[in-house]
Amino acid sequence: MSVGDYIRESQIWKSVFRHPAPYDRRNRVVVMLTNFFLHLHPVSIKQNGIALSYTWCMGGITFFLFLAEAITGVLLMFYYRPTLEWAFNDILALRDVSTLGIMREIHRWGAHAMVITVWLHMYRVFLTGSYKPPREFNWVIGVILLKFTLLLSFTGYLLPWDQLAIWAITVGSNMARATPVLGHEGPGFQLLNIGGYDLITNASDARFLLLGSKFVGEETLNRFYILHCVAIPLAVAGLIAIHFWRVRKDGGISQPL
Amino acid sequence: MHHPNLTSDVIFGLGFLYLVQLVMNFFWTIRSLKNDGHCRLPSLLGGAEVPVAMWWGLYTAILTMLTAAHFTGYSSPDSFLILLPDWFKSAVDVSVSDPKYFFAQTIAVFAAIILFRRQLATDTAGWILLNASTMFLSLSLTDWDFRQIVGKPDNVPIVGMLFIVGFFTWLSFKKANENDARLAQGLGPLEGENNEKVLVWPDLVYTELIVMIGLTAFLFFWGVCLEAPLEEPASSVKTPNPSKAPWYFLGLQEMLVYYDPWLAGVVFPSTILGGMMALPYIDFNKKGNGYYTFNERKFAISVFLFGFLPLWVGMIVLGTFLRGPNWNMFGIYEYWDVHKLEALNNVNLSEYFWLYGLGMSMPVPDASDSFFGQLCTIIYRESPGILLTLGYLLLLPSLMAMTVFRNFAFRMGFFRFMVFANLVLLMAALPAKMVLRWAFNLKYLVAIPEYFINI
Repeated sequence: MSVGDYIRESQIWKSVFRHPAPYDRRNRVVVMLTNFFLHLHPVSIKQNGIALSYTWCMGGITFFLFLAEAITGVLLMFYYRPTLEWAFNDILALRDVSTLGIMREIHRWGAHAMVITVWLHMYRVFLTGSYKPPREFNWVIGVILLKFTLLLSFTGYLLPWDQLAIWAITVGSNMARATPVLGHEGPGFQLLNIGGYDLITNASDARFLLLGSKFVGEETLNRFYILHCVAIPLAVAGLIAIHFWRVRKDGGISQPL
Repeated sequence: MHHPNLTSDVIFGLGFLYLVQLVMNFFWTIRSLKNDGHCRLPSLLGGAEVPVAMWWGLYTAILTMLTAAHFTGYSSPDSFLILLPDWFKSAVDVSVSDPKYFFAQTIAVFAAIILFRRQLATDTAGWILLNASTMFLSLSLTDWDFRQIVGKPDNVPIVGMLFIVGFFTWLSFKKANENDARLAQGLGPLEGENNEKVLVWPDLVYTELIVMIGLTAFLFFWGVCLEAPLEEPASSVKTPNPSKAPWYFLGLQEMLVYYDPWLAGVVFPSTILGGMMALPYIDFNKKGNGYYTFNERKFAISVFLFGFLPLWVGMIVLGTFLRGPNWNMFGIYEYWDVHKLEALNNVNLSEYFWLYGLGMSMPVPDASDSFFGQLCTIIYRESPGILLTLGYLLLLPSLMAMTVFRNFAFRMGFFRFMVFANLVLLMAALPAKMVLRWAFNLKYLVAIPEYFINI
């Protein structure tokens, strides 16, 4: 008995993988049904549906990049404190001192790549008409995921706390001032007042809600940190699960009827 | 301020870029020898039959010389001759540094993609386009100003994105052309041929594994080669000029030139998202589900491509590479001069109407008047623009339903058609305002700064 066979026959191995190695047709079916990570996939699939020239693999790459961002992000969180005192210095240390400093590069470039791949995924889904019935609602979820991808990137933009960061966020968040009714420089903000006293001011409008402050400051850093590391990733993870589940339930990868 | 266009490092580095093109075209020549057949030389050159691959061999030979020149001649950058001529640079700068010309060109590219899809989406045309753009990039990199803006670490992915979007647009049209030819003969799309079921293990999971390994390697490679940017520590008093939003929002920031923040920053982005979510419920065309085609979905694909290519990607390019200090437009080879002056003297529609049209003075709300009285004066003052805007959004959909979109209106029903028509009109509102600005220096159609309602 070879070493490999000895390991595969052991109780430990068998307790982890509940089937023999997928060498024959039967076990290739069984592996898809019994493995948690693989059960997202069907057992068999139309061969033209998985051709790279058809799917461009962009949805899968986006998901992979999300995982890569999560892993590098967690590693970066060990090194980073979201306070005015430390944020910039911690990034400086990541650049110059820390062994895992390259995680910062991978995280940033992965984020740019994810924005691009999510657009390309949408581009492909549109061009193959895959949003048409019965997949309409999964397209809607996809659009929400696209928005969250941009918000993830936007909130992460602030964290290095350098000039690029705060001014990009300042420019971006200034838009919220002009929200109709809810921004203090937006049309119709005067509608919300009680006895001549304006409810919408620069300390209570949509921009203040976003920034936690009248300008991009420490409260904003904290707010964006939590959105970036906890709130949005959780929402995205949930939506990804629904998105994938619905791909299966709506009939798998789209193909000619 | 003088900066050298060429340094030893730049020349040596460009050598690698030419080397890549050389290798690419070497293999393409071999492929061409097998596939492309022969062509006849012009009679001036003797009129002989030669393989098409000869031209590619010739181009490969030129690239070989370029590569050799860059790897050997880098020690004396001052006398190195391979760089863009100044007349070419000024011509390109003039053609991109004015928003009118820039948008005319992006729309021309969009129109060419649609009109010449059969000619452009072939292997040879695609390869020529790829070679032309890499050669343009290589030669442009000999310019100092071009390197400053394209070489910014955060801008590198955008250059990559242009190539990738170009490639996938080409690929989708190539596949759509094949299917359209088949559909015209009454056959089904290619995706439906030989479409047996295969097992996901190994046919899909192995692909996924290979892609994951490749991407991981690619991310590490990218991370090692290019350091993530880190500027000076944040300072709320030192405003950079220009102040730019993150690159993927630069299309939205560009809209601020034409519309006020409440529209460009809030209403339009929300409409884009809402409109995209509404898309599957608006598109009633059942055809083209699950395969590439253009002919079966001409309208849907044209509108989507117009939104994605000129309006989204095009405006990101404009915002990233062409907008400089004071939000002025600069050519790609132009120095970002903070003191560049551009006269901006924009006029509101109400001013045109009352001052120039009727030769009267503008109606001014009386401060002693009641709130309602003042409001009436303002509405009276802005009535031309208000009527125009209301007509655009309320009257035009009905006109569209009775004329060009008769068939659509009939098949979609009232509510669905109104949503569709308003989305199309809001999308067209941006180019419309651009044209009005360029043609008449129009600032606002409706200018009510008293209530922050400017359109």
